[in-house]
Amino acid sequence: MTIDTTDTTQTITRIAEIIINELKLEDVTPETFDSDLDLVDEVGIDSMDLATIALVIRDEFGIRIDEDDYPKLTTVRIIAEYISNKRTENE
Amino acid sequence: MKTVSSLLDADWYERYKKISRLNIRSSIYDVTDRCNLRCKGCFFFASGEHERAAEEKDVSKWHDFVEKEMDRGVNLAILIGGEPTLCMDRIEAFYKRLPTFCATNGLIKVPRDRFPDMMVGLSLWGDAEDETILRGQDTFKITSKNYEGDPHAYYLYTITPRQLGKTEKIIKKIEGVGLKVHMQLLSNDEDVNGFSWKPEELIAIRAEMDGMLDAYPNTVISSKYYHEVITTGKMLGRTFGWSECPSVTILRDNRNPQPKRLTNFIRWASDLKTVHRCCTSETRDCSTCKDGAAHMSWVMVNKRAHIKTPKDLKNWIEIYEMFAKLYQFIPW
Repeated sequence: MTIDTTDTTQTITRIAEIIINELKLEDVTPETFDSDLDLVDEVGIDSMDLATIALVIRDEFGIRIDEDDYPKLTTVRIIAEYISNKRTENE
Repeated sequence: MKTVSSLLDADWYERYKKISRLNIRSSIYDVTDRCNLRCKGCFFFASGEHERAAEEKDVSKWHDFVEKEMDRGVNLAILIGGEPTLCMDRIEAFYKRLPTFCATNGLIKVPRDRFPDMMVGLSLWGDAEDETILRGQDTFKITSKNYEGDPHAYYLYTITPRQLGKTEKIIKKIEGVGLKVHMQLLSNDEDVNGFSWKPEELIAIRAEMDGMLDAYPNTVISSKYYHEVITTGKMLGRTFGWSECPSVTILRDNRNPQPKRLTNFIRWASDLKTVHRCCTSETRDCSTCKDGAAHMSWVMVNKRAHIKTPKDLKNWIEIYEMFAKLYQFIPW
């Protein structure tokens, strides 16, 4: 199986953009956002922020993020992988 | 972009990481509509909330209810009343399943063989004179005997304006019986003469609370930022009130825009069906509300707003740690 890196990169960038917009983060762009930055330990997001982000992801990517999975979604890259896996499951 | 680690040194960053994933989800439960005291200024009786719902008396329904609350994601049950200790079986329904905090006047001792590590908050409304005026008796005489040296109990010292200049005497008494104390301010819901805060008194009590924290750091569980927020009603230039309060029952929260709030928070009445507007009475004017937990939570849910400067973030950490200690998520 080949991984579509373009698709993954686009997803990562879009998730970063969602987070930047929803959390109103300053001095960062979707392109400069470190996709491996820990969202809780470094960005300081909480479960309510994640719930907000999850709603946008649901609307845009058509997947539902289980609340029990929130603790696992620690970086933008991991969220992108989660979305990718969910989409594969749904196919 | 400002990151957490860029604002903190290694020690503070470790403190942050110890609390950053606690994800506390509390709700509040009226265990009963009855009390063995009738305190002047108690929001529950002053507002008529004790008559809003008929108590559910079937204990099995309390057990079923707690299971459903856990399914809702609640991981901290805060039991209030009336007086919860009048109904130990109902307390047990929570304690068997969840981290549980019981707010009590302390006149009835929680049996430690049945509830060995349940955190108990003992209400205290000032010195013997104030207690007698507001509650009809000096409860400290009894409660200090019931809970002396108990590692899972602390005093919730509600400071009244008449306590200005006298708080040290109370703190020393509490220290003397080997307990911790958390300070909050009386909201005076029944307008008892002489017990409403004037602006200059709030300034003075803030300084006094700071002094108590400095002088008794092992006894007083508090933070200077909390003192600032509770006495000024301000946080980062914003004013506490209905539009900002985090502890509004989710089922009754129709605010637009939605402020940052406690996830899925509900305050349940003792019929296990009725919900109250918020963590205190809905007859209270939100603009003068002094509820300590609501102000703490206000800071806690606004974490990102505090990730601006090292001082702001340290203030946030101290308040979160205070809350986590008071509800036993981290040790004293």
